Amino acid sequence: MGTLTQIAFRLFGSVGEYVQLISETFTSVFKKPPSWSLIREQLYSIGVLSLGVVAITGFTTGFVLAAQSFYQLQEKGLAAVTGILVAKAMITELGPVLTALMVTGRVGSAMCAELGTMKVTEQIDALRSMSVNPNSYLVAPRFLAGTVMMPLLTIFSMIMGIFGGYLISVHYFGMSPNSYFDPMPIHITLFDLFTGVFKSFIFGIILVTICCYKGMKTSGGAAGVGKATTNSVVISYVLILIWDFLLTIALNTIHQELTIRG
Amino acid sequence: MIEVVDLWKSYNGNQVLKGLNLTVNTGETVVILGRSGVGKSVLLKQLIGIEKPDQGYVAIDGVNISELKKRELFKAVKNTGMLFQGAALFDSMNIEDNTAFYLRQHGRPETGEAYSEEEIQEMVRTSLAKVGLEGIEKKMPSDLSGGMKKRAGLARLIVYRPSILLYDEPTTGLDPITAQQINELIVQIQSELKSTSIVVTHDVHSALFIGDRLALHKDGKIAYVAEPEEFLNIDDPIISFLKENLTHHPRAKKE
Repeated sequence: MGTLTQIAFRLFGSVGEYVQLISETFTSVFKKPPSWSLIREQLYSIGVLSLGVVAITGFTTGFVLAAQSFYQLQEKGLAAVTGILVAKAMITELGPVLTALMVTGRVGSAMCAELGTMKVTEQIDALRSMSVNPNSYLVAPRFLAGTVMMPLLTIFSMIMGIFGGYLISVHYFGMSPNSYFDPMPIHITLFDLFTGVFKSFIFGIILVTICCYKGMKTSGGAAGVGKATTNSVVISYVLILIWDFLLTIALNTIHQELTIRG
Repeated sequence: MIEVVDLWKSYNGNQVLKGLNLTVNTGETVVILGRSGVGKSVLLKQLIGIEKPDQGYVAIDGVNISELKKRELFKAVKNTGMLFQGAALFDSMNIEDNTAFYLRQHGRPETGEAYSEEEIQEMVRTSLAKVGLEGIEKKMPSDLSGGMKKRAGLARLIVYRPSILLYDEPTTGLDPITAQQINELIVQIQSELKSTSIVVTHDVHSALFIGDRLALHKDGKIAYVAEPEEFLNIDDPIISFLKENLTHHPRAKKE
């Protein structure tokens, strides 16, 4: 019982510290935005350097999705909807989720390891000793860059997925380009695009804040940095998947309500 | 003046500071001696506001910094600097950017107006020259030896001429010659900046060379504070041990 109480206290304490980090970061973003050079560095690191991995993920997912769909749908005489299926899945689900998971693995882990190393080597204390708020200097630029870059990377991943699906459907299964693309404008709505982009924005906030929080709270030397990095990735993955489900339900419910009223 | 009043601090149930009291007068150097792990570095972190005490307070020139909110605290300790045990240079920046960091962040002390890049480079060069590190501006911290890192850390500290200087184990892990160079630099900086300094160390040679007063940190408290000669005559097993292990008296050199 005593141990359970301790775990509960520690959990509440961590949640409290996490919320404090988010609120301080928000405040510093609006009150005293970080310098452009710091944001630019993070935009490059999070965005430009992730293009390759996001492109490969989106492209291969489009490949597999189109192939699986074509085989399944062909039997029922529905092969023509392959394009819509690929596009809908990439835009509303797979694009945002896979991009978030890949960016967490590539950028989030590096972010946590960098901040964690700074913490255990007293570099974060050195910032404080020079009257520089580490949240404003280290977390805010990453937060801004993450929330801007995640939707852009997700849109890029969606395009790559749809293009990958096109290559397989048209050049391997022999579908005509028109039958792949033509139904899309009819069945893919602005709401679908909004769903994907909004999800990616939320995922960006989750992955940056979790990885920065775990980095800033690292203790225990090199082993501590390793542990914090693993934890940051695992927690981000789990939260991204849970929030994906919650957002899917919430956004679709709101959309249905609005459609009925409208 | 720095006043530490009834300071308590614990970590995971382990009581490190147990009602510690200390007063450091403006312009003097107090060296805190003590065994490893007694909480000397913890005390420094309380003094600069990196950590908050569980009980008690630290007052700098009459301002209780332990109760200040983050933003006010950053303003209150703007004129305080600390040399960390491992120097804590920023890995991602070269030595020039490390040394210029404070100047670029805060600008001129009076107005906050930004320095020109030429002014910054001149100040950085001067500061590095003072610690004997000319020409290493473009090197990364990973390219430097332990002693050079400490000196680069000192350069980063003195470039903005803080009125309070805190040193955490400045000579730990260094060979005796490099350690003596650091000691001499500390004395030189002290006489030039006329700052108030607190040095934490377990190196008694270093303590005797740089300290105006020496303090013994024992059982979470400051057990004794006295001038060096008087300090060495205190009847305490730790001080007797330190005295017995003195191979030479560097203070004689200083005088």
